[in-house]
Amino acid sequence: MNFTTFLQQCLTGISLGGAYALIAIGYTLVYGILRLINFAHGDIFMMAGYFMIFAMAVMPWYIAVPIVLIATTVLGVLIEKTAYRPLRDAPRMSVMISAIGVSYLLQNLATYLFTALPKGYPSIPVLKKVIVFKNLSTSLVTLITPVLTIILVYLLIALVNKSKTGMAMRAVSRDYETARLMGIKIDRIVSFTFAMGSLLAGIGSILYFTDRMTLYPFSGSLPGLKCFVAAVIGGIGSIPGAVVGGFILGIGETALAAAGYSTFSDAFTFVLLIIMLLVKPTGIFGEKAVDKV
Amino acid sequence: MKTKNKNSDKNKYRICSAAVFILCILLLIFLEANKYKYSYITGILVRSAIYALVAVSMNLVTGFTGLFSLGQAGFMAIGAYTVGILTIPVAQRPAVYYMNGISPVIEKMYMPFWAAIIAGGIFAAFCAALIGIPVLRLKSDYLAIATLGFSEIIRAFIASPQLNKITNGSYGLKNIPSFPNLYTIFGICAVCIALIVLLINSSYGRVFKAIREDETAAQAMGINLFKYKELSFVISSFFTGIGGGLLAMFMGSIDSKTFQIALTYDILLIVVLGGIGSVTGSILGAFLITSGREWLRFFDEPLTLAGINIPLFRAGFRMVIFSILLMAVVLFYRKGIMGTNEFSWEAVFNLFKKRNSAGAGSGRSDIQDNHSDDGVKRILNDREA
Amino acid sequence: MSKNNILIAEHISMQFGGVLAINDLSINVGVNEIVALIGPNGAGKTTAFNCITGIYEPTVGKIVFDGHTVIGAFPKNRQKKDFLGTLPEHEIERVSNTPDRITRKGMARTFQNIRLFGNLSVIENVLIAKHTNAKQNVFSAVLRLNSSEEKRMLEESKELLDMQGLIEYKDERAGSLPYGLQRRLEIARALALDPKLLLLDEPAAGMNPQETHELTELISKIRDDYKLGIFMIEHHMDLVMGISDRVYVLDFGKLIAEGTPDEIQNNEHVIDAYLGVVEENA
Repeated sequence: MNFTTFLQQCLTGISLGGAYALIAIGYTLVYGILRLINFAHGDIFMMAGYFMIFAMAVMPWYIAVPIVLIATTVLGVLIEKTAYRPLRDAPRMSVMISAIGVSYLLQNLATYLFTALPKGYPSIPVLKKVIVFKNLSTSLVTLITPVLTIILVYLLIALVNKSKTGMAMRAVSRDYETARLMGIKIDRIVSFTFAMGSLLAGIGSILYFTDRMTLYPFSGSLPGLKCFVAAVIGGIGSIPGAVVGGFILGIGETALAAAGYSTFSDAFTFVLLIIMLLVKPTGIFGEKAVDKV
Repeated sequence: MKTKNKNSDKNKYRICSAAVFILCILLLIFLEANKYKYSYITGILVRSAIYALVAVSMNLVTGFTGLFSLGQAGFMAIGAYTVGILTIPVAQRPAVYYMNGISPVIEKMYMPFWAAIIAGGIFAAFCAALIGIPVLRLKSDYLAIATLGFSEIIRAFIASPQLNKITNGSYGLKNIPSFPNLYTIFGICAVCIALIVLLINSSYGRVFKAIREDETAAQAMGINLFKYKELSFVISSFFTGIGGGLLAMFMGSIDSKTFQIALTYDILLIVVLGGIGSVTGSILGAFLITSGREWLRFFDEPLTLAGINIPLFRAGFRMVIFSILLMAVVLFYRKGIMGTNEFSWEAVFNLFKKRNSAGAGSGRSDIQDNHSDDGVKRILNDREA
Repeated sequence: MSKNNILIAEHISMQFGGVLAINDLSINVGVNEIVALIGPNGAGKTTAFNCITGIYEPTVGKIVFDGHTVIGAFPKNRQKKDFLGTLPEHEIERVSNTPDRITRKGMARTFQNIRLFGNLSVIENVLIAKHTNAKQNVFSAVLRLNSSEEKRMLEESKELLDMQGLIEYKDERAGSLPYGLQRRLEIARALALDPKLLLLDEPAAGMNPQETHELTELISKIRDDYKLGIFMIEHHMDLVMGISDRVYVLDFGKLIAEGTPDEIQNNEHVIDAYLGVVEENA
């Protein structure tokens, strides 16, 4: 492998990692607040892809993108309101099953509406622009993804740390019951969290599929699981953790594929998960929780 | 007087059970005799029985031990491939493996189907034992994702080019011989489920339930949490592996795509619909869901009502209806059909009596009590509202 | 003296972050003795229990149960007594045991906030405690090869419930029992483990005077019938002073007094630190 290919692979890995990071944040935010693995998150990401296909068919990209992001956000909040809110006081297993049910529903709905055949993802001309640097050529999206990821994460962290809503989010994630007693409007905070997560998944979706070009109803399920793993590796509940986890997975997977083991690139994620859980179950940035007897 | 009533009731229930049992046997004999005529229905019933076995073994870990494990598809894959590799007739193997060739290790390895099924179960149990060591120390939701991940790892391994000469990679296995007759398949499922029920009702089953209820208290009872979680997980995987082996025999050809996460979700939905913690619920759920899928098939056909083509009806609509139904169960009927209860004739007769509220005697006073209770609750609820 | 002790805890300290929840606590319980641990709320009584039963690992100290060291973190060089936070890890000798292993050695406990298996029946709760001592394996249990063992477990459990006056409730859901009976069931369940030492964490909490009185009689009857040591945390002074052979008083994680009930009642430290406070509150 010469140096150019190496750099090329590095760029691909970092770019994939950026997209993973954006999705992983959605898992981490929701888990931090509700202690729920939002199995449907990957499918929200998939639906965002379909929204884009239909939006781009009738309007230019600069109008389509905001519309898609709004639609994705609405979808995320809607799912929370209908499928998770009624189970707020139910055992955790029930909520998790409900999340799996939503995921199942979205996949079947997508199959029904858009057929199971892969559809071509529209290309946004600006993102597809090829940039040539010496003998290294890459499309703009590969370069934009990590940069955009970092900017968005910076903004999100600022939001969580500085704003009143962010403070409420942190309070809820620290102690749900007490936060409720302190007069924090839990439902609003949870909706806001889902909105943030879905918005980022929408952005991630545009960046991810622009690079991949096809989309089918199950496109979201495996990336979704992987991003959850990324969140766990980084330390679930921690935003920088999700980003680091996303990049680790993206780069690792690309490296494995480059080495000729692409069948194992999916398995790699889960091997990493098991190793992490054995060595440091709380993840890279996680905090230790003490159970009171 | 009372005991006499109880005894006669017991006899009544026994007669009912026997009647149902005989009916099942008769149906089986009938289907076996007219296998080819009713192959469609038979197929649905066989698949239901296999899913029932897998669902009951999932219930053992999830419903009775309280461990949310989502590795079913992976363990089924192990069982299925073991059975496939061991039972494809040696003469047909070159044809099955014509793309990649067959590894000399397994070329002549052959077992009768029953031995292969047990081997599949043992192999699945062995893998579960290894997997259990790291993952069973995790909390519930991590366990779910870790087992799901393992199931994907197993699938990736099966499909990997490195194992082409054993699993035939992405081409999958074909020509897996079917069962000699229907009695075998239903018999195996029934025996396995009976064994699981015996386990659940044994002293070990009680310990599993104790762990589900309260881990700290279970530990204070001298129970080694890891040991019993591992035991439950391994036994469940053994029977899941057997279920996978049966599925391979039923389908005749398998590949790694058969064992995707969606298969685990199907089983989970059966368990949820039937009631988490109810064996009879899982069995009922398996038959309802598997056959329900077929009944709902008409949603996939174009429908023309009074000359107007209803546009909703087209391929895939059935699964949408199906998932909406399941979401409805999860949201509004969380306990599923059976909750944590088991089927009993007593409950059926009581239900019956409730319907025809003209029933007399001891049964009636019970019902009246229930009614008045309900009434009080209703009044309270009204007040709250 | 140490020969007749079933439990000896030596120099136990437990640190959570910067908080010293227990500070150099030493206690012992005789083989057939009722010992009480009292102290104001937050004095560290339940933490002490959790250290003894293996739920927490004490930062420093040693617990000897039935002649064997079950838990401990002590300096290899025995001269150094007070080494909290000053000794490097390699000079500390550690012995640890999981709570279930300690239970199987013969120590049974109840919990302050009752922890029954709420959805299981009353008799099942007791049968679970009988499980680890039963002679069976998973095959014999599933295939019902050893039904005499199962029968024995059932008979013994019924006997226990009978003694506790719970036999008529044996098929009820444990979680549906009234509070007082749940406490009794928890004690029955602990006794089913055939313990040499019984630890009771506030057995009379939430009971009315009548129930407390019955419980007092029950506890001394258990000691006499089963010939075991009892170590309890309790707030009801009538109960503590009525049946305890010895009493330890804990305040802010430190032992401030030890002695017979009479001695404790007349101990100035205790009156200042504890009994006085109670009266003010009452």
